[in-house]
Amino acid sequence: MKREKFGVGDIVIYLLLGIICLTIVFAFIHLLNISLSPNGTTGSGLMIIPDKPTLDNYAKVIKNKYIWQGYKNTLIRTLLGTSIQLIFTAMGAYVLSKKFYPHRTFWTLLIVFTMFFSGGLIPTYLVVKQLGLIDTYAAMLIPGLVSAYNLTIMRNFFQSLPEEIEESCMIDGAGRFRIFWQFILPLSTPILATIALWLAVGHWNAWFDVLIYITDDKKFTLQIILRRIIITGSKEILESDAAAHSVADEPLVSSEGLKAASIYVATIPILCTYPFLQRYFVKGIMVGSLKG
Amino acid sequence: MTSTTSLKKKHPVIAELTKYVKYWDLSLMLLPVIAYFVIFKYVPMGGILISFQDYKIGLGLAGSSWVGLDNFIGAFKSFTFIRSIRNTLIISVMKLAFGFPAPILFALLLNEVRHTTYKKVVQTISYLPHFLSWVIMAGILHQLLSPNNGAVNVLLMRWFGLKKSIYFLGDNAYFRGTAVVSDIWKGIGWGSILYLATITSIDPTLYEAAICDGANRRQRVRYITLPSLMPTITIMLILNLGSILDAGFDQILNLYSAAVYETGDIIDTYVYRVGLVDWNYKLSTAIGLFKNLIGFMLVVSTNAAAKKLSGNGIW
Repeated sequence: MKREKFGVGDIVIYLLLGIICLTIVFAFIHLLNISLSPNGTTGSGLMIIPDKPTLDNYAKVIKNKYIWQGYKNTLIRTLLGTSIQLIFTAMGAYVLSKKFYPHRTFWTLLIVFTMFFSGGLIPTYLVVKQLGLIDTYAAMLIPGLVSAYNLTIMRNFFQSLPEEIEESCMIDGAGRFRIFWQFILPLSTPILATIALWLAVGHWNAWFDVLIYITDDKKFTLQIILRRIIITGSKEILESDAAAHSVADEPLVSSEGLKAASIYVATIPILCTYPFLQRYFVKGIMVGSLKG
Repeated sequence: MTSTTSLKKKHPVIAELTKYVKYWDLSLMLLPVIAYFVIFKYVPMGGILISFQDYKIGLGLAGSSWVGLDNFIGAFKSFTFIRSIRNTLIISVMKLAFGFPAPILFALLLNEVRHTTYKKVVQTISYLPHFLSWVIMAGILHQLLSPNNGAVNVLLMRWFGLKKSIYFLGDNAYFRGTAVVSDIWKGIGWGSILYLATITSIDPTLYEAAICDGANRRQRVRYITLPSLMPTITIMLILNLGSILDAGFDQILNLYSAAVYETGDIIDTYVYRVGLVDWNYKLSTAIGLFKNLIGFMLVVSTNAAAKKLSGNGIW
């Protein structure tokens, strides 16, 4: 296409997009400002760096045992949850991608139907409760084991793989298990990577299942600890612990600063990784939009 | 073949079942997935019966007495439930009216940017909020919108002469607007991906021909880009209509407070509070079922409409 002059229209467009991005960047700078302020909020809500920056809030957050426990639990659930979900989703999707599998349409519909209708909050809660999963790590992994949506996307991908190669593997004596592990999965790394990332972000950000299924604070994930700190405004988590090693002459650190610092501590992994991973997610959107 | 002759003699049901044995390894792989869906999706569907019972936790499904539609009648007599329907519809329609066009506009603007680096930077920054949970977003919004010294209020007062600070998240006059704007803020970049990809796939010769005919930039957007986007826009709009009863549970539950139940309490948050805060299982299940049934009908009909539109090749 021919290059045109950079006109007034361009300036408006560049400015508009720039402003949208600035609001996002500014939100994080504002948060940084608060987290570095000795009194939480400084005199001006618009300053980038407070008058007397201090790392006190971060020191408090890093010393806090709930935050670390939450980090540990979140890491465990993200790693474990993503791998378990990925394996089961891939297995189900693989079988349902086989046109010769008996009653394939029925089994597929059985799964797809759950995307459109559910028993609702309480019936699901009661099932989880009756299975004895309340207050177990399993409550964060099992009730969301397979997503019908992800399974459909993976099934479509597997269907695009040539069946002939599998048949020749079978003539060579390989069973379906071996073909699945040694042939299908390695061939499917693009789709597996995309879905694994979706699942991982989902686990990292998950909070509702912990809110309803977990009451034991040793099993709380980072998000739910943060929710306690930020929204329920419960000070006990951060401040009871701070009080434990507080000395009489220690300056009062406002909870606004603590909130901001804990948001940063919890978000750093995402802030650091998402720019490099975004293209895999973008690819996933395209795959999803092509679903049949 | 001996196997086929032996199959012929068997009862048809047994013949069907032997197929599963024939593919025993595949069956073994599918089994846990089906078991999961039955236990965690279909057994709860049976739990819907709670909404027709005077359900007592101690007695369970088998022991509780049946009350017909009493729970539903009770729900519709409840002011809070009616209010939650109203709030759901208002917030959803606002999100549809403003939140739906926003990413389309964003994609159109982004498409006009010719400096690749600037484009990449804008995209990367605008994707960021998508990766954060509503818990984190709520934390950030609480700080930004705080009535004492939150940046937005300071800005409004200093630059726009606002006299009194606004309590965006705690004032019924502002809560819905805040919810809609923050939802756009979180999703605008990410939502634009699909549209931008569609724009990129438009045949460039169309634009070249238009330039030869003397079409300016606005005309090219009006007569080439927008018409090419129409199929995607139509389908996305229809699909969005299907989920009009989902006004954003994750968002609202993290942003609202008792002070703004009047304008912010939606069906989903109400179901949650009735069920797991007040422990009124029967009412919560009944309302949930009501919502799911209507939602189901909406999704099925809108999906059918979307399929018809895209399948018939009208566009």
